[in-house]
Formats: sequence, C-alpha cells, structure tokens
Amino acid sequence: MAHDKLTRTLGWTSVGLGAPLVLASGRTARVLGIEDGKRQRAVLASVGAREWLAAAGMLGQESPLWLWSRVAGDLMDLTLLGNDLAGRLPAATGAKARGKKSAGAGAGSAQGRTAAATAMVLAITAVDLYAAVSRGVRSLRNSEVSLTAAVTVTSPRQTVYERWRQLDGLPAFMAHLDDVTVTGPRTSHWRATAPFGAAVEWDAEITEDVPGERIAWRSLDPSENGTEDRIENRGRSGRSGRSGKTVRKIRNAGTVRFIPAPNGRDTEVHVTLSYALPAGKGGQAVARYFGEEPHQQLDDDLRRFKQLLETGEVVRSEGAPGGKRARGEFPQRPARPLTDKELAEVLS
Amino acid sequence: MKANCWVRPNKVRVENVPDPKILNGHDAIVKVTSTAICGSDLHLLDGYVPTMQRGDILGHEFMGEVVETGPDVGKDKLRVGDRVVIPFPIACGACAACRAEMFSLCENTNPNAGLAEKLFGHPTAGIFGYSHLTGGFAGGQAEYARAPFADVNALKIESDLADEQVLFLSDILPTGYMGAEMCDIKPEDVVAVWGAGPVGQLAMDSARMLGAKQVIGIDKQPYRLRMAESAGHTTINFTDTDVRSALLELTGGRGPDKCIEAAGMESEHGSPHIQAYDRVKQAVRSETERPHALRQAITSCRNGGTVSVIGVYGGFVDKFPAGSWMNRSITLRTGQAHVQRYMKPLLRRIEKGEIDPARIITHRLPLRQAAHGYDIFKHKKDGCEKVVLKP
Repeated sequence: MAHDKLTRTLGWTSVGLGAPLVLASGRTARVLGIEDGKRQRAVLASVGAREWLAAAGMLGQESPLWLWSRVAGDLMDLTLLGNDLAGRLPAATGAKARGKKSAGAGAGSAQGRTAAATAMVLAITAVDLYAAVSRGVRSLRNSEVSLTAAVTVTSPRQTVYERWRQLDGLPAFMAHLDDVTVTGPRTSHWRATAPFGAAVEWDAEITEDVPGERIAWRSLDPSENGTEDRIENRGRSGRSGRSGKTVRKIRNAGTVRFIPAPNGRDTEVHVTLSYALPAGKGGQAVARYFGEEPHQQLDDDLRRFKQLLETGEVVRSEGAPGGKRARGEFPQRPARPLTDKELAEVLS
Repeated sequence: MKANCWVRPNKVRVENVPDPKILNGHDAIVKVTSTAICGSDLHLLDGYVPTMQRGDILGHEFMGEVVETGPDVGKDKLRVGDRVVIPFPIACGACAACRAEMFSLCENTNPNAGLAEKLFGHPTAGIFGYSHLTGGFAGGQAEYARAPFADVNALKIESDLADEQVLFLSDILPTGYMGAEMCDIKPEDVVAVWGAGPVGQLAMDSARMLGAKQVIGIDKQPYRLRMAESAGHTTINFTDTDVRSALLELTGGRGPDKCIEAAGMESEHGSPHIQAYDRVKQAVRSETERPHALRQAITSCRNGGTVSVIGVYGGFVDKFPAGSWMNRSITLRTGQAHVQRYMKPLLRRIEKGEIDPARIITHRLPLRQAAHGYDIFKHKKDGCEKVVLKP
C-alpha cells in the first residue's frame, strides 16, 4: 500500500495540510478569515492532528481502512461547510479546504470563499473515495490464503508418499475434496466444495514429483488447459440452474514433503497449501464466522490421513459420526447411538 | 435400549436410546453385563468438565459379552460370545503413542483432537462417555455399547472369575496401580495417598503390593478411612488432624517418600476459609479446579520425593506451590492410566489372589437406578464407596 503512488501522494498531502493547522492554528485561522479565538484554534489543531494520523496510517500500513478514514474526514468537513453555507454554524469551522467565518469582510466575499472551499473539499472527497474503493477491492482480491501443517506417521516414507501420490485417494481424508480424476501422467481434474456449498472445479498439474520425498502441484490457468475454472452455486433443487457461471480463476498450489522422523522409522508429512478464495478476505471472515477454520481443517485432514495409514479407517464417534463430512468439530451430535435414519443421513 | 444420560449439571437420567451400531470396521458391540460409576463421572455430573451435551451417554467402566463384530475385527482376536472387559481409553494400537504403550495418549482415536489440542496443547485419546473433548463416544452405562478398535482393546476373560473381580480392570485398578508404579516404590518407602475413594483404595493396595513399608490414606469420610484401615493401611482424617504434623510424626520428620494424589479437581480442604476461597474461584470460573490435595501432596512430600497425580484435572489451577516443588527436587508424575498396559498383568495378580479389587464395592444397583447411585456416591450417603450397575 505504501508503494501505491496515489495513496502515498494522499498521505503526504495530509502531512502538508496538517502542518499549518497544528503548528500555527492562530495564523491559519486569520489567513482563512476565521475568527481567531481559543475554541477556533483548538478545532483547527484537532483537524490538523486528524490529518497527521491519517497520513501516518496511509504511509505506514497496508490497509484501505486509512483511506476510508480520509473519506470520513472529508464528509465531516463537508458537513461543517454545508452548515456554514446555510448560515447555521455559529463561529468556527474546521475543514480540509479551510472554511471560513470572516469577521469583518463583506458577507458576499465570505460566502464565495466558503463555496469555493466546499467545491475543493468535494473534489478531494472524490479522489479519496476513488482511492479507498479501488484499493479496498484490490486488497480483498489479492487475498491469498497460505496454510502449513505437519503430522508424523508410523509408516516408511515410500509408503506415505505412494498413498498421497494416488491422487484419487485424497478425497478420502480431505474435507473439501469431493473427487479427483487423474487425466494424464501429471494432470488431474479436481472437484471441491467451497464454504457455503459452492462447488469448485479446476485442473491441476504435478510440477514436481520426487518419489519418497516430495510432490508439488498447482492449478492450471484457463489459458493453459483451454477450459475455464468454474464456480457454481449448488441449488436446493435442479431448478436453480445457474451452473456454469464463470468466475475468476481459483488459483491454488501445494507441496507435500516426506521427511524421515528422528527415530528413522516414522515419516514427517509437511504440507504447504496456498489458494485464493473467490470471495477474498471478506469471504474468509464470513466463512470463519460460520465455523470454517482453514488451519483447523487442514490439521484435521492430516489427522485423517494418519488414521487411514495407521489404522485403515477414519475414526468415528457417536458425537462425530460423519468422519470427514464434518467440516468443523462443532457442533456435534450427543454422544449416543444414531437411529438408522440418522445414520443413513450422516453417511449419505 | 436403556442408557444413563447426562441431562444438565447435577442431573442424569436413564433414557431410551437407539441401539449402538457398527460405525468402523474394527468395532464390536458389547452387551453390557456390569458397569460402574467412577469418581471422575462425578466431575461430569457436577458440570466441571466442558463440552458435555444433553443426552450424552455416561460411563467408561464396563464389561460384557461381544454380540457383534465389525468386518475388520480379526476372528483370531475376538469373536461373538467372548466375555470382555473394555478399557476406558480407546487405543488404535498402531500409532507412536500406542507403540510406546502410552495408550491414553493414542493419536488416532479422538475425532475432536483439534478441540482437545486447543485446551491441552496436544490432543489425547478418545474416552467412552467422557465429554466431547475426548471424542464424543457413547458410554457404557447402558445395555449395549460400541467398542471401537475392539480387537486391540478388549481384554478377554477366559477364567470363571466373577464380573466384580475383573470389572475394575477397565479403569480404577490400573489407574490406582499406575499411581503406585509411577512412585518407583522401594522397600523402605512410606507412601501417602490423598483420597480414600475407589481409586485411592486401590492405589493403597497397589503401593503395598509393590513393596511399600507403610501406606497412609488421607480422607475425611470415617467410613472410607475405616475401609482403608480394615485393608491394613494407616489413616489420617484431615478434618480433625493436621495432615502435615501427622505425616511428619509418622515418618520421623522426613515426610512421606512418595505421595499419590487420588482426589483431583474437587478435593476439599480441612480449613473452611481456604476451602471457601477455592470454591468461590471455581464457581466464578477464575480457576477450574480446587487443588487442595495436590498442593498438600507437594508440600508434604519429603525432599527429593515423588508426587504421582492420578486424581483428575481438566483445566487450570491457582496457587500451585511451584517454589516447594522446584526447590525441593520433587518429581511430579502424571497421566490418565494407560490401562491396556496393565490389564493382563493385573488380571494375573487377581487370579493369584494378590489383590482383591471387589473389596471396595458397597452398592449393587440395577441400571435404572443410576441416578440414585450418582446421588449416594456424590453425597457420600449410605456409606457409598463404589456402585456397580447391572443393566
């Protein structure tokens, strides 16, 4: 954000605007034709301080929030100016474009200067608004999730590697994956469920494959495989046929490394995953609110991988009978046997 | 079937629930012939263990007859008709913890490992009827129970020993025994045991069996102390005796060489104002336990001695005597019992008559009277020491 030219310019503008307000509020008031009283000086100084705070934020942090704070400041100033124009504001005004209340000069010239100031603030507001909206959306779009997790399995590296390399077996333990079809020596087609039941599909290729040591993969860009990645809303019935709705590509990549554990017999499985959720950071926050915890889910995925390798099955309890179908560990059923109907539902 | 369910704090009720079904290939369904109420069930009853849900079936001490086995249960290991005791921690038998015989730390049997990890730092094994933190498994205070990894866990009873002789192999005998074993008892050792409940009694017997010179039981219930005395142990009633002075007197001023804490998170203090202090903190949840016994065990232990903790804790304690523990080279050893490690050797000791776990049973009730059993056990009514329920 700090490398963003517009944000930087706006930041330094705030520094410049704040300086006379804070350092010489009396003189500024006089220059602007505002009555030079204690109260007016205090208001101008606090407006200057606000400018500096916004400047520090914009120059220092990569958050569109500071741009929005500028927009809010603009609206405040516009309100003050508007009131002043309507002749309702008593004495002081604080504004980025420095509104006025001339003490001795003609009322007409004061009115004109206030109108000019308002126009200036309006122009600045437009620039701030543009910056906030565009930067905000960009920052949401660019949100890429990166996850790491590790688990130790009591099997030799080659066995663990082979189990993972058999890509169509991944959905057995990975909560989000519905299906993986191997389409070539290095390519495969993946189907997954994103938060809120949205179906996601993509083609992937293995970019690195060192038997017994590591596997790396990434999704292919639409241009690379000729088809477009799709996200479709899974309707309750076939009627809501919005399938095939094309969205931005859902990029993802991953690496799994198999490392001998210190005891020389077991294998450490280290996974790194990165992906860009269609709804970006906002979407993630919403998903988290509804119980989707990506780190937790990857940890649970690896625990199930370990269970499958070590015991041959994914463990189920009466409280958590669904195995990987439970996207989170809570809420749970009570710890008592299920009826046949409940069991059928859980396993369907 | 009928099963004893947790309804809300201080309320359990026998309800009609569906019969258990095979969920995993290594499961077996057991027709329960005997089940017991454990002291740790009282922590669940009292509402001090988080993640209990209305309708959870309680019970982790049970035995019975195998009536169904999953497709992956090896016929050489377990068959329909086998008489089995089921250990309370569920172990997979294949992970690193099981390989090291730390069965209660099994890495594969807790489907809610992520939750347990948040509370404990690392997850522990699944346990029957013991909150969702330990997996949300239906318990054994029921007519039937599903036993996961039955071929790994179930102990077959092939002799004609009565249920009551072997039932406690599921939990309290191995727990008491492990408490004594963690003390590395030497022939000249004096061992003090805090709590003369079922686990405390069996820890006292185990300490003697492992060669302790003298075993001292500490409690406040006269009938429990009498029970320990009639088994040949020395006793201290903490309500009318200063425990520290009494222990110093019994040990020539040294303090007990080994201390076993078999009281846990709801222990009581002889002094009313200290008891009230922790009771209030616990009630407002600014500590989850009241660790009087733990504090006293640490400060009473002789310099360089061992404190073995088998009383149950779930969360966080206040006023832990870290200074006493650290400066005096006290060894603190703990753990939920690795039951599977001890079942066979202890079964042999029972068969040889070296230990009689059934001596602590005071009440035998039908399953439908489970709520009454919890009541008399919790409130120490009617001389209640150990309740066995018959489905």
